[in-house]
Amino acid sequence: MLSPQIIDLLIKALIDTLHMVAVSGAIGTLIGLPIGVALAVTGRGELLQNLVFNRIVGAVVNMTRSTPFIILVVAIIPFTRLIAGTSIGTSAAIVPLTVAAAPFIARIVENAIREVDRGLIEAAQAMGATPFQIVTKVLLPEAMPAIAMGLTLSAVSLIGYSAMVGAVGGGGLGDLGIRYGYQRFLPEVMLAVVVVLIVLVQIVQSTGDWIARRVNKRHLKV
Amino acid sequence: MTSPFADQKMITLTNLQKTFPSRGAGAPVTALADIDLTIERGEIFGVIGRSGAGKSTLLRTINLLESPSSGSVRVDDVEMTALSPKELREARHSIGMIFQHFNLLSSRTVFDNVALPLELAGVAKPVIRQTVEPLLDLVGLTDKRDRYPSELSGGQKQRVGIARALASKPKVLLSDEATSALDPETTTQILHLLADINRRLGLTIVLITHEIGVIKEICHKVAVMEAGRVIEQGPVFDIFAHPTHPTTRSFVDPVINRGIPDGLRARLSPTPQPGANPVLRITFTGEKATSPVISAISRQLNLDLNIWHGQIDEIQGAPFGTLVVEALGDDTAVEAAISLLNVNHLGVEVLGYALPANH
Repeated sequence: MLSPQIIDLLIKALIDTLHMVAVSGAIGTLIGLPIGVALAVTGRGELLQNLVFNRIVGAVVNMTRSTPFIILVVAIIPFTRLIAGTSIGTSAAIVPLTVAAAPFIARIVENAIREVDRGLIEAAQAMGATPFQIVTKVLLPEAMPAIAMGLTLSAVSLIGYSAMVGAVGGGGLGDLGIRYGYQRFLPEVMLAVVVVLIVLVQIVQSTGDWIARRVNKRHLKV
Repeated sequence: MTSPFADQKMITLTNLQKTFPSRGAGAPVTALADIDLTIERGEIFGVIGRSGAGKSTLLRTINLLESPSSGSVRVDDVEMTALSPKELREARHSIGMIFQHFNLLSSRTVFDNVALPLELAGVAKPVIRQTVEPLLDLVGLTDKRDRYPSELSGGQKQRVGIARALASKPKVLLSDEATSALDPETTTQILHLLADINRRLGLTIVLITHEIGVIKEICHKVAVMEAGRVIEQGPVFDIFAHPTHPTTRSFVDPVINRGIPDGLRARLSPTPQPGANPVLRITFTGEKATSPVISAISRQLNLDLNIWHGQIDEIQGAPFGTLVVEALGDDTAVEAAISLLNVNHLGVEVLGYALPANH
């Protein structure tokens, strides 16, 4: 069985993972949400069409999204150092996780908003709503079920990504699994890490599904 | 039918044009051409046309959801095309709109949907409540105030749409195929609600539809559109009684049954034939619909009239009758009958000549 020391390590790793995922998810949402809204409303034929802005921001988002995460982590080390003051440790790992999460969330929000029935935008315009009101009173509330699902997906992805930040000494469950389970050949540690991750992902997914169901008022009666 | 404010114009569209740039190489698409319409205060004005006729574009130019390529849109003496974006939003507060697919927010309850236009205008919460509750009462949805749209039937959703459109106390209500997604019974209920609102609030209603029944049921005036143009317009009664354009006829004929049964139609020849008697269609309007003119003609001219088909309809509360008769008499008697009918201001037209029935 697992020794008390290993269990301590496991708990610390779990806390590190939760810390990294929560902070990068939260900051990623703060950055990604407005970018996603901006992308959705500046597209062709949209509320505030601005194709130059849309293409430039879209290209930046795509660049980040198409860089493999492990390369992103290493490539932005100078930036990480600038922000976190260090390039090693859990706090440092939050920077690349956030940089990866923000564009992912931006695309999710963009898609969620584009799925909102255009008739609602027209109705709001007919009521004399400003573009800002259309975003805050119509688009975001109506897109909320899809955004909640998308944020859940992002959180699960971040849990996966967080396993890779061991490369910069980020700590967390993935790091524990690699260093103890793989490099020191302790298969029971590896198994324990995998089980904890599975349970964690299940909890995140179930919570996300529950929230999405709560905010979705679309299918209350057939 | 005259409204109490018949001398006041609420909406004036003058020389309105709208062209959409083509996608790709083709010519630009003309959605509206040379539209001139005047809609009076307190009137229910219907625009009918088939899909693609431009009626939806026309309706959307009134609140400038669609900006015209040229021409003037005046609503309550304000030139809509000259407004700044801010002024336009302000002006839209006095133009309510309802939609074919209701366009309710699924994330808001019935109450909050109706409250939305007030929230957007920055109205204080207690005032919102004072405004919304009587509206829910007006549309008969007080018991549904905390329900979500997905829990409502189509008719109930449209009632929410109507209450929402009325929340900002508009002067004009635009109705975009508001009953087209509803079953006939619900359609009738919604139309009665609109007519009731028109009477009680003196609200000017502009509605577009492809269903002539909607026009017949509640409209005072009607414009018929085809290919971006208004091809005929006037009081509903006149258009129903004397449709001139073939498209208008095709809309009007099915509902007021100006036609004749197929079996009799088969006996009709378009040109005079030996042994064939002329078949006349006589239309009666207003109080003449009930006067005994047929028997008078028969007596005076010694002309036998064999009645093929007859019907009395009611349009906007006024009787409107059609009678199809075969005239059994010599040509001079028939001529005399036609001129006598004309003198009496009855509509008369020769539909054809009836060949003797096959034996």
